[in-house]
Amino acid sequence: MRDPVQDLADAALRRKHAGILRATPGQGLVLALAMTALLAFGLWHLGFSVTRFAAGLANLGTFIGLMLPPAWGSTASLLRSLHALGETVAIAFLGTLMAAIIAFPLGFLAARNTTIAGLVRLVARRGFDTLRGVDMLIWALIWVNVVGLGPFAGVLAIMSSDIGSFGKLFSEAIESSDRKPVEGVLAAGGSRLHGIRFGIIPQVLPVLISQFLYYFESNTRSATIIGIVGAGGIGLQLSEQIRTLEWQTVSFLIILILLTVAAIDIISTRLRRAIIGNAEVALGS
Amino acid sequence: MTATVLPEATQLAQRLAAHEAAVRHARRKSLLGAAIVALLVLAAGWMAETDIGLFLQNIHKFPAYIGKIFLLDSGEQAGRFVLFDIGSWYWGIVKWTRLLADTLLIAYVATLLGAVGGFFLAFLAAGNLGVSPWLRFSVRRLLEFCRTVPDLVFGLIFVLAFGLGPMAGILAIAVHTVGALGKLFYEVLENIDQKPVEGLVASGGSWTKTMRFAVLPQVIPNFLSYALLRFEINVRGASVMGFVGAGGIGQDLIEAIRKFYYPDVSAILVLIILTVTGIDLLTERARHRFIQQAH
Repeated sequence: MRDPVQDLADAALRRKHAGILRATPGQGLVLALAMTALLAFGLWHLGFSVTRFAAGLANLGTFIGLMLPPAWGSTASLLRSLHALGETVAIAFLGTLMAAIIAFPLGFLAARNTTIAGLVRLVARRGFDTLRGVDMLIWALIWVNVVGLGPFAGVLAIMSSDIGSFGKLFSEAIESSDRKPVEGVLAAGGSRLHGIRFGIIPQVLPVLISQFLYYFESNTRSATIIGIVGAGGIGLQLSEQIRTLEWQTVSFLIILILLTVAAIDIISTRLRRAIIGNAEVALGS
Repeated sequence: MTATVLPEATQLAQRLAAHEAAVRHARRKSLLGAAIVALLVLAAGWMAETDIGLFLQNIHKFPAYIGKIFLLDSGEQAGRFVLFDIGSWYWGIVKWTRLLADTLLIAYVATLLGAVGGFFLAFLAAGNLGVSPWLRFSVRRLLEFCRTVPDLVFGLIFVLAFGLGPMAGILAIAVHTVGALGKLFYEVLENIDQKPVEGLVASGGSWTKTMRFAVLPQVIPNFLSYALLRFEINVRGASVMGFVGAGGIGQDLIEAIRKFYYPDVSAILVLIILTVTGIDLLTERARHRFIQQAH
């Protein structure tokens, strides 16, 4: 026989934690079913098949076998790889720096509290969205058409897409800055520009520098692939070696990339710590 | 009368001197920083073969190119702005819409597969859930590898292994997503409140029960939010996978750019930008809802 008191207690518990202990499957289950159905449709529509997958895995196993041990080939090709690696880091650094310098004044125009007119702010923000909406690799293709093949096209590609990212992040940092220092400067008889220079810039500069470092790090990764479309850096060599099936060189190049990215990661993390401590900084998408 | 120096005045003078020294010090530091940055710029400029003269010589080609892709190049309206004849600008709309849908589907499938993989690996990589240290170490290195190798490089290799087409693209993006989401997920797991976990362990819950009732409810909103953010990034990634033959609309775009089909370039670019912006807006809304649930 059931204990009515226990039943009551159970019911109370269920009422209190309805979210966790619900008896009937709710929206969550429907959503999960719909997502699984879309997944199944996607796999079927895009030509996924178990046999192809198995064959591909076998191929991949062969490739990995051929990759070991990593080798750099001739001395000339080693020098070429190292030069391409330096080029990659240089592209990332220059591209990020140019983007930050250009986005800095634009960020003020796009921030609610420092813009000169609502329309200017709107245009700036939509402009940032458009710049960010075009992938870096597409920018690289476009710049290759303009300045020709080579690393300079890569610099411009990173610059173009990151002006959008930085503009958005900078304007958000400016909007969330404390208004009191600006009011202080204005009350002491300063102009609006003085307010920005002495009230806002000291507050946002550490945040912006930290965002710059983070993007430099992430652009080092991106700069390794823009070579695939001819915009300089190690990607060109990597794609050449993959296409000519020089697997040992491929694995060497990948290891080189991993080490460089790790090194940049460590340097930029230490610099960021030194500048802003352990505070969280918005990094956007 | 002898001039007496008030004690306050000497104090003031001392403070002023200290202030000036501090300003000088700060200034010297900024100057040093600027010098270092300038040196780095020179080195990087030399390394990246930056040629300002060449740039200035060619910069007019950029607006010219942008202008050109927005002009019709055939038909009665040839040479006029594309909007005068939208029909011939978007002559390939059916094909492009299909490719765009494929691109979205690639991003969706890859994000879901990657999120599931990252979800399971994250539990093995988190430092606070009682997983053996060497297993944790190897899972973390694996995630790092998946995250650092760009998805396009995986794409290049997978195209050779799995054949041309979207399957290689899906797997490439999925592997990269496992690494990216796995890291974010285990960082969320490491920041959970330990009290519910202790409660379940104390009342005799098994490891899986503890994960299900003490850990999951805390982390699910954050996980979903990160997965949506990743979906947004993967849509961009899937739109260029076609550059290496791994499916999606990228194939048509790179062909249009390389073969100088100018109006096609702008037509496809506008489609991609609109789609990416639309997805951004949708996911941002959904993410705000999840985050609000979390608090």
